Amino acid sequence: MSDEREWGFDTRQVHAGQRPDPYTGARAVPIFQTASYVFEDAESAAAYFNLQEYGNTYSRIMNPTTAAFEERVASLEGGVGAVAFASGLAAQAAALFTLLEPGDHVVAQAALYGGTITQLKHLQRKLGFDVTFVDGDSIDAWRAALRPETKALFGETIGNPGGNVLDLEAVAEVAHEHGALLIVDNTFATPYLCRPAEYGADVVVHSATKFIGGHGTSIGGVVVDSGSFDFANGRFPVVTDPSPAYHGLAFIETYGVYGYLMKLRAESLRDLGACLSPFNAFLFLQGLETLSLRMDRHVANAQAVAEWLEPHPGVARVRHAGLPSSPYHELAQRYLPLGAGSIFAFDLEGGRDTARTFVESLRVWSHLANVGDAKSLVIHPASTTHRQLSDEELAGAGIGPGTIRLSVGIESVDDLIWDLGQAL
Amino acid sequence: MSYEDPRTIQSILHRARTIAIVGLSPNELRASHFVGYYLRRHGYTVIPVNPREESILGARSFASVAEIPEHVDVVDVFRAPEAVPAIAEEAVAAGAGALWLQYGVISPEGAEIAERGGLDVVMDRCMKVEHARYLGRMHWLGFNTGEITSSRSHG
Repeated sequence: MSDEREWGFDTRQVHAGQRPDPYTGARAVPIFQTASYVFEDAESAAAYFNLQEYGNTYSRIMNPTTAAFEERVASLEGGVGAVAFASGLAAQAAALFTLLEPGDHVVAQAALYGGTITQLKHLQRKLGFDVTFVDGDSIDAWRAALRPETKALFGETIGNPGGNVLDLEAVAEVAHEHGALLIVDNTFATPYLCRPAEYGADVVVHSATKFIGGHGTSIGGVVVDSGSFDFANGRFPVVTDPSPAYHGLAFIETYGVYGYLMKLRAESLRDLGACLSPFNAFLFLQGLETLSLRMDRHVANAQAVAEWLEPHPGVARVRHAGLPSSPYHELAQRYLPLGAGSIFAFDLEGGRDTARTFVESLRVWSHLANVGDAKSLVIHPASTTHRQLSDEELAGAGIGPGTIRLSVGIESVDDLIWDLGQAL
Repeated sequence: MSYEDPRTIQSILHRARTIAIVGLSPNELRASHFVGYYLRRHGYTVIPVNPREESILGARSFASVAEIPEHVDVVDVFRAPEAVPAIAEEAVAAGAGALWLQYGVISPEGAEIAERGGLDVVMDRCMKVEHARYLGRMHWLGFNTGEITSSRSHG
């Protein structure tokens, strides 16, 4: 019988969500590479499809390997559960799709991942909701953007590539005073460095492709519900009312604190279809087992690299919240006491040409569009990840022509610094 | 004393055989019906308590806990909090083992009556969810059960 022991983070990153397979005794999580599942009998089949019983029906909606990954992330984030998706963008699209109706409104910080900005702008036109982008550092700006139809506020624990840190508690308070949710993308911090739910975030989303997987092998995403938001506050009939898309089931009345996640899975994942493959879930589970160990090295290396870059004559500015010169240093000490992440940008003294020469001269750092790999990565945002943005939007996201983004890996830090030195 | 104690919850789920569900709805889309259906499926004898119905889930429905002729292990309540103290009195009189108050059925007064009468009490928890967490398949859908185990016996 289980007691109330509060298991440590490192124990949960190895064990949560996975029990030895009762059929074979396999200690590693089995990869259940199956599209479908045989029913015990016709009544069980009906009970599963009615959601009266927790049962496996079809791997677009649930899979035992994926479920182990989902429960582990939920445990590490301190949530009541999680639903995995084929990518981080699929995860956040589904999180919003479950909450919003045409005419609804979302407030998001302007300094978001470029792919998120593009996604929100595209989706609002297609789906008929409205998004206002605000200066995430200004609590007044968040509050001023609220409308009667505002249902969610969206931000990132650590911004990309500005190194901005969100004042989670203050923004959560603005959201909750309005009866709206705070959704936080916690990809760059990981639940090891920060658990936004502890500061009031209601829903946490991740690109698992990054530090969760940790080795740049797989694309995936996940949505975690903290379980703290009162969907029955009268502002979310789309979540609480009997669902026409599920034969009149009222998800919150029936599943209580688990209602949003059930709806996210049984309707949004079912209808959007962007499910995580069981093999990718397996790789993410392997990644999670060493999350804290890798993150300790990532943040130590990043801090050393940032401190080396800052006084370098070829460098105009380093934007890492672990540096006392960062305007986000204080927020980082409060929300990210173990380290301000390992993804940050710096600005070269020169412009686009200097940036291109620098990126092409590196030997250990890989020039590619990803972050959160064990390997050190580098990119020039203005010509790649943020290419779709106008100059004005680029400036809003804090990106200049000579801005270089680093994702500091877990190699020998002397080698990383040597390589930067010879390329600068 | 917490009314959400994991040991109490598990002990009730393991020992109980007969569960009276007060406020069990015949509408299969209501939460109470989900819970009744689920508990019956998992081997418990479910006794409906609903004065407006003859039978629910194939079992005779009683007007009150006091009218149930057999022994009841758990009285599981889906009623407004104001109704709970009277139900708790009946549960004590009937010699039930536990009073279980579902999500949102919050009645410190009812809980105290049952506790004084020697019953185990659980409040603001769903019997289906807790069964699925500790004995069932909640982990199949990515919910955080809080369970950590290296034993092969857990399904």
